[in-house]
Amino acid sequence: MGILDRFFKSHGPDWGVHPDDHKRPAADAPLRTLPVPEKLYIPMQQHVGGPARPVVLVGQAVLKGQLLAEAQGNISAPIHAPTSGRVVAIGEITAPHPSGLAQLAITLASDGNDTWGERQPVVDPFSLSPAEIAKRTAAAGVVGLGGATFPSAVKFNLGKRLKVSTLIVNGGECEPYLSSDDCLMRYRASEVVDGLRIIMHAIGAGDALVGIEENKPEAIAAMKLAAEPFGNVRICPVPARYPMGSDKQLIQTLTGKEVPADARAAEVGVLVHNVSTCAAVHRALRLGEPLIERIVTVNGGAVATPGNVFAPLGARVADLLGFTGLTQEPARLILGGPMMGTLLPHATIPIVKGASGILAFDAREARVPEAGACIRCGSCTRACPMGLLPLEMANHIRAGDLEGALRYELSDCIACGCCAYVCPAHIPLVQYFSHAKGELSARERSKLRNAATRRLVEQRLARLERETREKAAAAAKRKAERDAAKARAAGTSVTEASP
Amino acid sequence: MLIAILSLTLLGSLLGLGLGVAAKKFHVEGDPLTAEIEALMPGSNCGQCGFPGCPGAAAAIADGSAPVTVCPPGGKALAQALAAKLGISIDLGEVADQGPQIAAVAEEICIGCCRCIKVCPTDAILGAAKQIHNVIREACTGCGNCIDRCPTEAMTMQPVPVTLQHWIWPKPEMVGA
Amino acid sequence: MSNTLRPPLVAAPYAVTPHNVSRVMLWVAAALAPATVFGFWLYGWPAVHLWLITIGFSLFGEALCLRLMQRAAIPVLLDGSALLTGWLLALSLPPWAPWWLGAFGGLFATIIGKQVFGGLGQNLFNPAMVARVALLISFPAAMTVWVAPLPLTNPAAPGFIDGLRITMGGLPAAFDGVTSATMLGHAKTELSRGIDLAHSLVTVGAPADDLSGARAGSLGETASVLLAGGGLLLLVLRIITWHIPVAMLTAIAIPALIFHAIDPTRYLSTASHLLSGGAMLGAFFIATDYVTSPNTRLGQLLFGAGVGFLTYVIRTWGGYPEGVAFAVLLMNALTPVIDRYLKPRIYGRDRRGKALEIAEESTS
Repeated sequence: MGILDRFFKSHGPDWGVHPDDHKRPAADAPLRTLPVPEKLYIPMQQHVGGPARPVVLVGQAVLKGQLLAEAQGNISAPIHAPTSGRVVAIGEITAPHPSGLAQLAITLASDGNDTWGERQPVVDPFSLSPAEIAKRTAAAGVVGLGGATFPSAVKFNLGKRLKVSTLIVNGGECEPYLSSDDCLMRYRASEVVDGLRIIMHAIGAGDALVGIEENKPEAIAAMKLAAEPFGNVRICPVPARYPMGSDKQLIQTLTGKEVPADARAAEVGVLVHNVSTCAAVHRALRLGEPLIERIVTVNGGAVATPGNVFAPLGARVADLLGFTGLTQEPARLILGGPMMGTLLPHATIPIVKGASGILAFDAREARVPEAGACIRCGSCTRACPMGLLPLEMANHIRAGDLEGALRYELSDCIACGCCAYVCPAHIPLVQYFSHAKGELSARERSKLRNAATRRLVEQRLARLERETREKAAAAAKRKAERDAAKARAAGTSVTEASP
Repeated sequence: MLIAILSLTLLGSLLGLGLGVAAKKFHVEGDPLTAEIEALMPGSNCGQCGFPGCPGAAAAIADGSAPVTVCPPGGKALAQALAAKLGISIDLGEVADQGPQIAAVAEEICIGCCRCIKVCPTDAILGAAKQIHNVIREACTGCGNCIDRCPTEAMTMQPVPVTLQHWIWPKPEMVGA
Repeated sequence: MSNTLRPPLVAAPYAVTPHNVSRVMLWVAAALAPATVFGFWLYGWPAVHLWLITIGFSLFGEALCLRLMQRAAIPVLLDGSALLTGWLLALSLPPWAPWWLGAFGGLFATIIGKQVFGGLGQNLFNPAMVARVALLISFPAAMTVWVAPLPLTNPAAPGFIDGLRITMGGLPAAFDGVTSATMLGHAKTELSRGIDLAHSLVTVGAPADDLSGARAGSLGETASVLLAGGGLLLLVLRIITWHIPVAMLTAIAIPALIFHAIDPTRYLSTASHLLSGGAMLGAFFIATDYVTSPNTRLGQLLFGAGVGFLTYVIRTWGGYPEGVAFAVLLMNALTPVIDRYLKPRIYGRDRRGKALEIAEESTS
């Protein structure tokens, strides 16, 4: 913290990039509601951690909000029915994942009535104990809606345990094209503020800072109005710079604190939750409604009427695109934002809890320039919000030297995409890093497996040895018995013969 | 002239002395390498490498007659560990990790003869006489010993399916230079 | 809409900067254009011919290497880097140099200076400077024949054909009278003859002349103001950052200031140092070469300062009157070392890469 730091701070962050945000006109379009489609496809893994385990049977009738699948393991989240209807299949569908691999999902045929099941609203959530709030949040299947989809209740408990003093609410939404959080804050600011106050209660935080990028003046105004009665909730406009919505960067911008490498934010006394997560917590507690729907931004050059759509989870991308209309066949479909989103193999993929947007790009937007040779311009180094050296890491990975990349702290990479965005040679840097991270964890798994194999082999050899020993012992014993019997027989015959 | 001869002589004898001392002081006893390599190997003696078990393969790797990539069950992780041990560099991209495979029992053909169970180095096959056998996926190393022993060809090697959890982004195509 | 849209598998981000390598190179070329055109005007048709020949041969050298490696030459040539290499080399040559100097230099720059290392982005040394130094050492005589400015508008200036004759056939006797010396060269020669600067500089242009650039010198190095203007354009466009130029010029200026104050008869003034020779071209266009300069800001400051200081040292105490090329090459060699030791601080880690301690007061 020297004079230099202050000098740079007054000029805004010296990291990141500033891509064209393409947020308007979609952000300004009124929020629409998608009519419940005939069939919903509900994947069992919409969160980080263990997949949920179905608790319904094919053919079973379910009500809206009814539990479809329960959480499995410590880090997991349950999944509920987004509408009333009948379970028509439990099987594999294409996952919202670039690989196009399959994943277990429940197919629900809507009965068209949208009948709610039993709900347990709480009139005063602040009278509940923090543990009870965490329990209800977990039961409602609330996960981080900013895209990380980490089960929120787990974070509550962590925050409580580590005595977090400040709740940071992430309304950054720095990804271009997306405006679902913006839309939520504009139209449902009071829900967000109520939800964040419930979270503060649940983690025992004294104050809350809501970081909203300056390019959302309407959202800032609405949130300021909603937060006015509460002195400990502060709305903080932050510079619009990608990746401001990344936890570490937002924490640093708002509090000046830096989360140490390999540590969690809670260890420096802050906890970050997304604005949509806050709204989901509000609904879970005040209305007793599980997380079954969300606001999805539908945007991109191929969309006829871009805007935000309130949609039940499990609606397919094709349903949403059909609702907003298309001007042309999309050249590329992306789930999430263009910087960190997921490439979709086709449109018959359901939206999930973490789906903040669907982008249907036209041919011009989808154009991938040919990658060229690195000219060592250093743009990536200047853009990297983590202070890494992307070009050096990529060089090592290209040469197959993953350990070399690790020495440049590849593990600190947040995959924000700034480096690949600014690269004038259009080198797919993030793909190098994703490949290397995957490969390294695969090697780690295989190492563990080799160790396990060794153990099995040793156990088998021990067993074989024991068996031989036992066999030998048994044989010896039998022999001894036989000998004894023989001796006895001889003895008796002798005695018989002797007289 | 004399000084030159003297200094060269002195230099020569000093260096010679140094070499002699070094030879004694840093003398390496025997060859611990084979044992160290063997300790890294899976130890299942499956024979897929074509050597008589893991000790044989370790000896071959140590004397350089076999590449560090010789062990299919060990995969890339082992190849890398061995390369590090031997101080050589390998391109792991080249390692024929032809997709891990594990054994599977065709239940309708298995007659429950127990032969496969006896040769499995990791006790990965469950079953009893006249009972259909089954492979414990987590324990199978894919050595393939059981395949030949099966009298009814019920044992087959199947590639381990790629799942969402195990999927890896492919390395980008080489560009430019 | 169809269900079988199978896009090529590429990872995020799915947005890209409008910048690309060719555009960067073209902007640099555009920034060089004013000084180059001024050089054409100043030294006439021979300079134009030499410029064309140097660029032509550097492009040819690049294409030849790519063909030998059986790679498509056109896309690589279009990235503009070979063009820029030839251009920068041409600007650093004596304007009336014979054609073979430009041809040899152009081929040397792209073949030995660049493609041998593996092409764009792989070379350790700045290709244009490698070629310049190679020429300077191999053909010292031809590389130090300077002409006094003979603007195109001057009736005595050689026409297109005469210019071609000068470039192709060497300097004809008819124009012999116009050969001159650069300010730096002149000062050095006279100093070595025991004549101090107070007397020797009377015969050559004073710094006031230097600003306009109308004096003997390399094809494109004399127009300091135009070069600095081009450099500012690159700064404004964020193609280069201020670190290297500022550090380099400061590192030339400070020792010049000190020594000139100590003994003005032995040491040239700061203005003469900054405005003559390759200082401006070097600071804004040569030392800032992405490939051969460090990546971090701190590293760039160090690199720039090193180039500047070495330039001053070579000019003042070295055997050559001009030292930018040597200084750039020397610091190029240090770039990997600088990059290795001056890394940016990683978020959440200290300068050495160790994770930060968790502050105690934060939990209070």
